[in-house]
Amino acid sequence: MAKEKPQLIIDGKRADGRSMEDLRPIKITAHVLNEAQGSALVEWGNNKILAGVYGPRECIPRHDASPYRAVVRCRYTMAPFCSLEEHGRSGPNRRSHELSKVIREAFENVIISEAYPRTQIDIYMEVLQSDGGTRCAAITAAAVALADAGIPMKDLVCAVAVGKIDGQVAVDFSKDEDNYGESDMPIAIAPRNGDVLLFQMDGNLTREELSNALEMAYRACAKVSALQAAALKAVYDGPKPQASLVLGNKQ
Amino acid sequence: MEIIKELKKDALKRILLQGKRQDGRHMYDYRPISIQKNAIPNAEGSALCHLGNTQVIAGVKFDVATPFSDRPTEGILSTGCELVPLASDSFEPGPPSPESIELARVVDRGIRSSGCLDLKSFFLEEGKVLALYIDLYVVDYDGNFFDAASLAAMAALTCTRMPKVEEQKIIRTESTGTLALNGKAVTCTFAKVDDHKLLDPSVDEERGMDGRLTIATTGGNVCAMQKGGWGAFTKKDILELVDISFERSKELCSLF
Repeated sequence: MAKEKPQLIIDGKRADGRSMEDLRPIKITAHVLNEAQGSALVEWGNNKILAGVYGPRECIPRHDASPYRAVVRCRYTMAPFCSLEEHGRSGPNRRSHELSKVIREAFENVIISEAYPRTQIDIYMEVLQSDGGTRCAAITAAAVALADAGIPMKDLVCAVAVGKIDGQVAVDFSKDEDNYGESDMPIAIAPRNGDVLLFQMDGNLTREELSNALEMAYRACAKVSALQAAALKAVYDGPKPQASLVLGNKQ
Repeated sequence: MEIIKELKKDALKRILLQGKRQDGRHMYDYRPISIQKNAIPNAEGSALCHLGNTQVIAGVKFDVATPFSDRPTEGILSTGCELVPLASDSFEPGPPSPESIELARVVDRGIRSSGCLDLKSFFLEEGKVLALYIDLYVVDYDGNFFDAASLAAMAALTCTRMPKVEEQKIIRTESTGTLALNGKAVTCTFAKVDDHKLLDPSVDEERGMDGRLTIATTGGNVCAMQKGGWGAFTKKDILELVDISFERSKELCSLF
């Protein structure tokens, strides 16, 4: 982190050769775990996020249960070995508690929880490897896991980060762009009606840059959304394959 | 739910009386095992182990640390374990459970006492050594996380890059070669149900078992053992299971 800021845009291209609108390579695999009711692995750039869903199941403790709807719970955590930097502490911290909360609120909007009163639905997201944009990849994975679990939803949530690097608006930041960019804005939407379900931002943007960034985010989310649908079709068109994790060996 | 557990236990015992197991395996057979090394390239070493439907990821990281005062010239080995709640409906979020601490410590003992790691080689200078962290992530739990975790940990060590160290700082993007290992340690875990002994219990077999015995071996030596559960093993049982562990360990070592 103490390094000097690298040049993020060279000759109109980003350090990894992408244009401002290009996403990193994204691979989504649904149904990778046997025990969880629904699961998905999202490999997004060098991010590797595993999501698993349990429920609707008995709500514990009982006094948390609602007679009107299922209680949705979310847990986002990072593995101690996930980063290129030092060994991390296991378990949740202040950052992951905040992310778990805003992610939960995004899913509370789309899950038809009224159908399952007095129960809970648990969404677990494990960051196995981090490379910038983990919360967006985690939301994308969790949405596919919820669908794999057969939980009724109004829409399949998808997410992407936009922001500003070297004075230009761009989509889907890599780790370096995240660390040295001027602004970062993760956003999750319900693609069918365009509702914004998660929205965070830090840094500096003008009114015009913000407007451009939002447009760019919607276009990028459409691409992510198509990949989510394809991942589910790959599992549910034809016989259901054996659930098994395959983690890419490439860096 | 209690009644389902009892019924499953009855079914397990009934089929064992016929000399069979629920999935058709022989008593001392493993489920299919596959190991994928370098599953998490950001970590210095990593592996994903499939043991039947059980899936465990091990990640290895190095840091610079202060040595323990009673061993000032030795590096540190620290093994942690997370039974992540997405792995099973019986795992809950929260502080580490006794089960996850036991798992981490049994895997740690197997590796440590096998002598496969030369902790003295992690010495940097007075008051500074390398600490090697092994983290075990159980992501899909269908029984016997002991053997799956120790296979994942050992496989991760065999592909661990030694990072470059300059002025007590680790330069993770540069490597000085792979971690030197002196042999391999593997574990075999047995369940005892009444008088039946079986290798590599599935989750239903674990729920119906009286006792469990994990035996870690390296080459021709036993290097760590741990009994779990209330059930008892006889002296004869232990010696018999050690012999089987020696036999099976060769196959396990050839997997990675």
